[in-house]
Amino acid sequence: MSHSLLEIKDLIVSVEDKIILNGINLTIGTGELHVLMGPNGTGKSTLVSAIMGDPRFQIESGQILLDGKDITEMKADERAKAGVFLSFQVPEEIPGVTLEDFLRTAKGSLEKRPPKILQFKKELKEQMKALDMDPSYAERYLNVGFSGGEKKKTEILQLLMLQPKLALLDETDSGLDVDAVRTVTKGIRAFKNRKNGLFIITHNARILEGLDVDVVHVLEGGKIAYTGGQELISKITQDGFGVLGKGVGLHEGL
Amino acid sequence: MKDFKQEKTRVDQADRTIYDVKDRLDPAFLMDSGITPEIVNQISREKNEPEWMRLFRLKSLKLYNEIPLPTWGPSLDELNMDQIVTYVRPKSTMKAKWSDVPDDIKETFERLGIPKAERKSLAGVGAQYDSEVVYHNVRAEVASKGVVYTDIESALTGPYSEMIRKHFMKLVPPSDHKFAALHGAVWSGGSFVYVPAGVTVEIPLQSYFRLNAPGAGQFEHTLIIVEEGAYLHFIEGCSAPRYYVANLHAGCVELYVGKNARLRYSTIENWSKNMYNLNTKRASVEEGGTVEWISGSFGSHISYLYPMSILKGKKARMEFTGITFAGEGQNLDTGAKVLHAAPDTTSHISTKSISRDGGNSTFRSVVTVTEKAEGSKSAVSCESLMLDSISRSDTIPVMDISCNQADIGHEAKIGRISESAIFYLMSRGLSEDDARALIVGGFAEPIAKELPLEYAVEMNNLIHLEMKGSIG
Repeated sequence: MSHSLLEIKDLIVSVEDKIILNGINLTIGTGELHVLMGPNGTGKSTLVSAIMGDPRFQIESGQILLDGKDITEMKADERAKAGVFLSFQVPEEIPGVTLEDFLRTAKGSLEKRPPKILQFKKELKEQMKALDMDPSYAERYLNVGFSGGEKKKTEILQLLMLQPKLALLDETDSGLDVDAVRTVTKGIRAFKNRKNGLFIITHNARILEGLDVDVVHVLEGGKIAYTGGQELISKITQDGFGVLGKGVGLHEGL
Repeated sequence: MKDFKQEKTRVDQADRTIYDVKDRLDPAFLMDSGITPEIVNQISREKNEPEWMRLFRLKSLKLYNEIPLPTWGPSLDELNMDQIVTYVRPKSTMKAKWSDVPDDIKETFERLGIPKAERKSLAGVGAQYDSEVVYHNVRAEVASKGVVYTDIESALTGPYSEMIRKHFMKLVPPSDHKFAALHGAVWSGGSFVYVPAGVTVEIPLQSYFRLNAPGAGQFEHTLIIVEEGAYLHFIEGCSAPRYYVANLHAGCVELYVGKNARLRYSTIENWSKNMYNLNTKRASVEEGGTVEWISGSFGSHISYLYPMSILKGKKARMEFTGITFAGEGQNLDTGAKVLHAAPDTTSHISTKSISRDGGNSTFRSVVTVTEKAEGSKSAVSCESLMLDSISRSDTIPVMDISCNQADIGHEAKIGRISESAIFYLMSRGLSEDDARALIVGGFAEPIAKELPLEYAVEMNNLIHLEMKGSIG
């Protein structure tokens, strides 16, 4: 039996005094893959950013537990050390810092000791190859001048190198061509195991091909409006959020 | 200037616990504070200088007393010249071997990494302790090529005295400004390098300067002549411990780059936070020659530093790459100047500045293109990063173009550190301080990669040191 990896209780989140999430309750067990869907502007990114500890979002009340440990008050780096990872919708560019140096610094911070150089280099090379990434990207400044697809692959590369307990993927497939989505999916498959968990925001079923989705949540009006199984995805991608019934999809622009 | 106070500097009053590196202060000779013709004569006598130099000093002192303080830059009101000991000579005389250098001095240098650099087979080390060169060594293979690397005092009395006389303070005349005049009057120590035509010095020559006595000013002079077709990389590194008394550094660097010659001049200055760094650096470049400046300015209370390149010959080139880091209580006014005085000359100025905790950083550039400089190109770019809302960054570019056929560009970017970038890095496990340091280190990377590895490492360490406890 899986135990709960992530548990969110009555979470209320605001930005600039405006309530975005109004009472989120959600549990993701170990080994599970959950999908978060919902119309644009309903707060999907807000939810994963708040779980990661983005200081732009104010947690008004509620709790976020990881492995039963309360991380609600923690800063982003402490949450990362506790095992949370966010694949950003728009990854940041860091001029002057190479992808390799950055990853080594991050791994060193998470594991509290610097990784062994040769082993690290070997692993990085292998993971980049698996993601069809040009090895020269390791020497390039992080995300600077990367295409949209390269940035997203780099996020998945970080996921694979850092091996968090809980991976939050915020539209990692958006703006990618078919091949790139396939590569990202391959990376997710390689990451997924019985001890970790995934929470994926997507508008597109393609990223989930070949993955077993355990639960699908639909966010609407600042709340989880609908929860179901994998079958929801094809329903929504074919017929839109309206098919789920009243309320869903009508509150654009929140 | 009649009211000079002739107070003895009482070194026993200094609070030794504040020293970064503690040394027993035991100079063989400590002069009275304040500057008078008698003092200047005394300096000259102590050095057994030729008469022309003594007269040059006296003429400079006269100019110093006549020229007013600059009013266009950071305030120098708190700089008390009367309190500055101009000449503190360590008890050791010139040493050829490391093992002969007195232990306490050696220890200081060891902390500054001199022997390590030596081990790493740098060509030669001329290190200045207080005002006199105490340790100096040029590797045999460099000397065998006819390269001269010596302290400037020796050069003044040796076979190169005529060459010194011909070049000394000709690029930076004492009349240039008040502190050039002061330098002319009381200069002491420094390096002389002569690279004959066609000689390539493959390993960099380096010199390490440091102040060690409370209230001691430092006025070292660097004179480098690189003849036709020759190449040299000279590295100047500075660091100083902390003092209570206002400290002044008014050095002077003169670089003569011959036809088709190339000189790379790298500096990392890391002065104590009470230092007034009023340094003057200038290069003249003949036809087809290149001067490359790499300049890292850390520390000091106030800095005025604008290395100037005079592109005298056709197709002469200059490149300036600089970084300035201003923290709490620091006002660093830095930049570069270039004079395009011949056709098809090229200049490229690229600087970065970082300010935090109320630090003030100003970038100043002056690009002058004379009517003779047809077909010249100049590109200036400066980028500033402010780490908080109480810090300040200014850009003051001046361009004086008297030629229609010149290609001149200027680009300035001023920004604050991105909070979303900090969150991104923190989401990967980096603490807020580490995230900031990584971003700032990345910002400085284009400068670091121009430096030899150990200096790049030193600069990164300095950035991390400066970033410690940075207020968000």
